[in-house]
Amino acid sequence: MSSSSTASGHLAASGLADVASSEASLRRFLHGLPGIDAVGLQARASGLGTRSIKTTAKAYAIDLAISMIDLTTLEGADTPGKVRSLCQKAKNPDPGNPDVPHTAAVCVYPDMVPFAKEALGGAPINVAAVATAFPSGRAGLPVKLADTAEAVAAGADEIDMVIDRGAFLSGRYLEIFELIAEIKKACERPDGTAAHLKVIFETGELVTYDNIRRASWLAMLAGADFIKTSTGKVTVNATPANTLVLMEAVRDFRNATGVQVGVKPAGGIRTTKDAMKYLVMVNEILGDDWLSPDWFRFGASSLLNDLLMQRQKLASGRYSGPDYVTVD
Amino acid sequence: MSEPTSALRLDVYKTYKLFVGGKFPRSESGRVYEVTDRKSGEWLANAPQGTRKDTRDAVSAARKAFGGWSGATAYNRGQILYRAAEMLQGRREQYIAEVAVSEGLTAKKAAPLVDAAVDRLVWYAGWTDKVAQIAGNANPVAGPYFNLSTPEPTGVVGVVAPQSGNGFSLLGLVSVLAPVIATGNTAVVALAPGAPLPGLSLGEVLATSDLPGGVVNLISGRTEDIAPTLASHADVNALDLAGVVAEEGPASAKSLEVAAADTLKRVLRPESASYDWTTAPGTDRLLTFLETKTVWHPMGM
Repeated sequence: MSSSSTASGHLAASGLADVASSEASLRRFLHGLPGIDAVGLQARASGLGTRSIKTTAKAYAIDLAISMIDLTTLEGADTPGKVRSLCQKAKNPDPGNPDVPHTAAVCVYPDMVPFAKEALGGAPINVAAVATAFPSGRAGLPVKLADTAEAVAAGADEIDMVIDRGAFLSGRYLEIFELIAEIKKACERPDGTAAHLKVIFETGELVTYDNIRRASWLAMLAGADFIKTSTGKVTVNATPANTLVLMEAVRDFRNATGVQVGVKPAGGIRTTKDAMKYLVMVNEILGDDWLSPDWFRFGASSLLNDLLMQRQKLASGRYSGPDYVTVD
Repeated sequence: MSEPTSALRLDVYKTYKLFVGGKFPRSESGRVYEVTDRKSGEWLANAPQGTRKDTRDAVSAARKAFGGWSGATAYNRGQILYRAAEMLQGRREQYIAEVAVSEGLTAKKAAPLVDAAVDRLVWYAGWTDKVAQIAGNANPVAGPYFNLSTPEPTGVVGVVAPQSGNGFSLLGLVSVLAPVIATGNTAVVALAPGAPLPGLSLGEVLATSDLPGGVVNLISGRTEDIAPTLASHADVNALDLAGVVAEEGPASAKSLEVAAADTLKRVLRPESASYDWTTAPGTDRLLTFLETKTVWHPMGM
């Protein structure tokens, strides 16, 4: 086992230590996970989306959602200037209102990490870097390790890695397990600390809910600190139902092993209403333990503007518009 | 077998709907209210009772449409307005009937009002590519460059449609709506609650005139719900209070102007209740919802 000694200790205590000892045992374990009732799952996810959150509860939810955002820019056209302005926005989302909380992190490509670190200065905002040949994951292991090591050396606090969906869909689970474990090792810094590892499944490419559950357990067994739905680069990104599968997996994993893993839906979450649906799900499925930026994140770029507009509406009573938030 | 006589045929009633974002939705509330004949008080149709939420949706649609419409060439906007006039002309009989019941007129008196509405659309269609000549300028400079001032549309304009005066129901509506969109603004219109039918039908004309969805949004319902929502909405840039009649309360001109001042809107004050909409309009309404952009253009450098 390559995960940290305490985590492997927990795994040993729960009898899960040797499931990854061979391809066969890992497959037996993952395919032995209970199947998902797709209709029931979707009904549950849409049912949780009907709650009405108003006034003070809404104000609380908006501020919580802002503090959970990984403010993201992952474009081929990203420049140091764009990353700097993104960092300013992460520190101070609404320049006219210093009460607005800062976001949890900014999420950039590895070569942009130094610029983000510099722009954020001493602000308590993490820098997350996507690595391992994001977004496709189509590269050899040495390339992925070097990609990760470069980002960590540049000062990234969190690494968002993608799994090899091709390997997953063709049933080579051990290969993915070892990939995640290797990347986890590459996240360690010389001083003994380590960057947090988020594992992206690209749920839109995994086809079935059962696959998403298997991928979740696979990543958590291999030592993921966070599991994340999507890259935001394919047509189907985070959906409430997909995220619900991830949430159930982290809940069951903690019940089985005592190890808590975070969840990050990413891509396609654009409105305050969407964000609130996810927060309701966290509260109902996972409870207070996950209702903090340490355990739940939104991967989003345009969501922040909508949250700010809704916040302005609550404060002033007037519906706001895109003229009153920064354009980026 | 004999032909069924006309007396046995069931009437097909028209379901009037809102016009928002180029679509014809019912009110999100699901509510309707009864519209009656101005003279006899007889039931005419159910009109959708547009709500504050419908109004906000319309503002979003208008904002979304603004980029494309303001960026379209003036020539193209003129063509589309002219096309709307053609469509209105083609449905003349329907509008004569609707205007007659809305304003309590005979068909004979309503006909010239509909014709005037067609002519007014044509008149504003002609203005689209000429307004820059009266609102813009090549400013005199003492150097090797040009300095040009050009009119730019203000943005999303909230319009309270006329509720009284000769020809208010269709001609009045066209007279306040056409100048707003002719210059590239987009509009959200609070229709006259007592006479919404010509306005709701106008949506069908606009929808078949190549007008991009969201440029004009028509909401029927209580003015005291719709107008204050437009006045206080930060994403509405200007307000035309043409049809405001309330003396006090949230839908009065004073309250609406106060709410509009909070969000720095341009405001056009109400017309008098007895205004004759057949009066030649002049360019005032056309020039109200314009901003001036001045650019320095270096040459020979």
